[in-house]
Amino acid sequence: MQTSMLIVVLLILSSIAFYLGRRRAFAVARGRARNLHSLPSYYGYYVALWCGLPALLVAGLWFSAEDAIITRMLVDNLPPEVRSLEPGRVDLVLNDIHNLVNGNITSREPDAAMLAAADHYRQLRATSHAALSVVALALAIVAGTFSLTRIRPEHRARNAVERIVMALLIACSSIAILTTVGIVLSVLFESLRFFQTISLFEFLFSPQWSPQTALRADQVGSSGAFGAVPLFAGTLLISFIAMAVAVPIGLLSAIYLSEYAGRRLRASVKPLLEILAGVPTVVYGFFAALVVAPMIRDAGLSLGLDVASESALAAGLVMGIMIIPFVSSLSDDVINAVPQSLRDGAYGLGATRSETVRKVILPAALPGIVGGILLAASRAIGETMIVVMAAGMAANLTANPLEAVTTVTVQIVTLLTGDQEFDSPKTLAAFALGLVLFVVTLLLNIFALHIVRKYREQYE
Amino acid sequence: MNSQKPTRDGADGMDSRRTIEIVRAGLRRRQAAEKRFRLYGLLAILLGLVFLSVLFVSIVGNGYSAFAQTYVRLPVYFDAAVIDPEGTRDPETLGSADYAGLVKASLREMFPAVTERGERRALYGIISNGAGFELRDRVLGDPALIGTRQDVWLVADDEIDMLVKGRVDRTLPELDRRVKDDQIGWVDRLDAEGRVEKRFNTNFFLAGDSRDPELAGIRGALVGSLYTLLLTLALSFPIGVAAAVYLEEFAPRNRITDLIEVNINNLAAVPSIVFGLLGLAVFINFFGIPRSSPLVGALVLTLLVLPTIIIASRAALKSVPPSIREAALGVGASPMQTVIYHVLPLAMPGMLTGTIIGMAHALGETAPLLMIGMVAFIVSIPAGVFDPATVLPVQIFLWADSPERAFVEKTSAAIAVLLAFLILMNAVAVILRKRFERRW
Repeated sequence: MQTSMLIVVLLILSSIAFYLGRRRAFAVARGRARNLHSLPSYYGYYVALWCGLPALLVAGLWFSAEDAIITRMLVDNLPPEVRSLEPGRVDLVLNDIHNLVNGNITSREPDAAMLAAADHYRQLRATSHAALSVVALALAIVAGTFSLTRIRPEHRARNAVERIVMALLIACSSIAILTTVGIVLSVLFESLRFFQTISLFEFLFSPQWSPQTALRADQVGSSGAFGAVPLFAGTLLISFIAMAVAVPIGLLSAIYLSEYAGRRLRASVKPLLEILAGVPTVVYGFFAALVVAPMIRDAGLSLGLDVASESALAAGLVMGIMIIPFVSSLSDDVINAVPQSLRDGAYGLGATRSETVRKVILPAALPGIVGGILLAASRAIGETMIVVMAAGMAANLTANPLEAVTTVTVQIVTLLTGDQEFDSPKTLAAFALGLVLFVVTLLLNIFALHIVRKYREQYE
Repeated sequence: MNSQKPTRDGADGMDSRRTIEIVRAGLRRRQAAEKRFRLYGLLAILLGLVFLSVLFVSIVGNGYSAFAQTYVRLPVYFDAAVIDPEGTRDPETLGSADYAGLVKASLREMFPAVTERGERRALYGIISNGAGFELRDRVLGDPALIGTRQDVWLVADDEIDMLVKGRVDRTLPELDRRVKDDQIGWVDRLDAEGRVEKRFNTNFFLAGDSRDPELAGIRGALVGSLYTLLLTLALSFPIGVAAAVYLEEFAPRNRITDLIEVNINNLAAVPSIVFGLLGLAVFINFFGIPRSSPLVGALVLTLLVLPTIIIASRAALKSVPPSIREAALGVGASPMQTVIYHVLPLAMPGMLTGTIIGMAHALGETAPLLMIGMVAFIVSIPAGVFDPATVLPVQIFLWADSPERAFVEKTSAAIAVLLAFLILMNAVAVILRKRFERRW
């Protein structure tokens, strides 16, 4: 039976169970719902949940374990000369068998043993699916019938159903924690494997980055160097340019919108600026590569400067445009939170509006603004598509914005796109970079959110 | 305010007049500073708006022409000796015949003066590589065509398309152009005979990806985006609402719920590429979900947009006044019944708005999908959530990387389509909010 078919059948069974449960509740109450502890439909839900949930859980567990077990059985059945190969080779063979089963192209002409193995695999999978269908359906029917027999007028069906729903709600909200744990574990494990071959010290402080590792042992000049300093420098350079664009523009427009602009101007300009935040980053990347980079190069040429076609300036400039709305809407919130009494006090002393803004409002709002800027900076550091499309690949250690630099995110993408084995230091390096990225942005975020929250409490 | 120089020696009439004078003297400077400051603010806003309009104008300006495509009308002789030498009309024979040869023969007939091999190749280059398939489909649809001579509109090659659309600079020296002088001459002659025409580019919406720009379309990416987005919605909306309901309505205030809250706020600011790493390590390498499939894309995007949805849903729940809850509890509803039957319906518009905005975010997301292999070159239209697929933003990324001039146009057009969808989704969210927002 197909997986989707199984789920549909389980859903149908559950709806039948709902109907039966409700009917049974009426029957035991002798037709009078007021004799029941709970509303009749709760008895229906109760039976339906008992019918559907355990079976679905079993199916879920079955699917997550199925592949590993079948593969194990398959390996045990492979001819001994294949089994005696080193693990990496066995994986390759298994991969080919998988491809054969799914009708994809295999890396080499399938021989008789492989065809037999593929047949075996197909057979095992069919058996497993059939067994699952039987087990799940049997479980659904047994659990459903059992819960059906438990229905009495005094049975607290509503409480039972609500307990189950509450458990589901809690499970859903713990996904946030699971995600964080998943991120940390997945990035950390691969990074630890990376640091077994490359020392942490070399990774963090060596200025040489060329992640091409040798395919053969005797290859020349591709030992691979994993010093990430140029990447960090490049990321900082581009983020700095972006912030240099975004902070003045964002802050000044926030000040104008909250202190000077009339209602109508504010209502029309604010959403327009927010559009900039909604444009997908891949669009900015295209814009940077197609329009901004050539423009900067031509401008540089006419000034007699030598500008790389993938200059840090172009990527940083466009990234700055993307970040403007983050800075402006965060500062706008903060400026609006400054109490009116402070403004009135300043006006009462005879200060002009700009003086009030500069000498009273900005100092009062400073912590919040700094928090907002830090959040925007963490966004700039983690931004990927703009730099992938508009910044370079070469790891230059330079502070010149007209040269091409590369960033952490660009390297993660280049190291991980395309097919490659999962164990080489090259791919593991991407996870180490991801770890650095995650930790840095996390620290920035925690710090910034802390500042913003503290500031908010101050005026509440 | 620097003008408040202290008048240290006593407070008599002379001094106070002097203070006023000092203030007056500084007034002009202060008012000039005020004007300047105002101007800076206006300039900043203007600059932001200029960036926005340059972005849109350059995208639309580069892309609008991709919605038209150049066709060339050629008299094609459906030669029975080529298509069906044995006269069996067997679909298999018909399907495997050399239709590209028919196109070439027709071109040779139109330009008999072209005999040299290199020139001939340039001549054949006027028509797209896909023209043969077009003819094959016609013959398979109507075998009666065989043996007749028909005027057929065929798709022109991408470089010719660019030439007809005026995107090739004819004044450049021949070596700097992809379109050669001979080709320009031939196309001009065809044009003079009324054999060249620009039509609405249906291919762009109906075809999958291709290496030939004139044959490439966004249908595969659109279908992939649709599957991914629907699945993301089906996963993230229930989970997000459930989490928000628990955290806002039921959760006791303790360390664990505080931790969850801080977690959600931080996840909302984690770079999206990190979610891609998570998807690669956990979903693909650990759970063995097929690479490049909409399923794994949807799982990653679900985790990515969940914080947005949870935060918006909690705000929506918070805006429902406590009197509603108290009234429901007062007539004997259980807390769960209160939330499900009374609070949730009132908070639903706000939750839906947040969800739509989250979906718009997911639709435009690219970086994490690169990590999980949705960048593969995929010609076929995905038929299910386990098939390898690509999505619209990734298609844009792939095309933006292609060197052909014609792909610039295609990329811009695909971006225009993407932006149109995003604007539509955001407009729906705004309308929803305006229509159903209740102030209590």
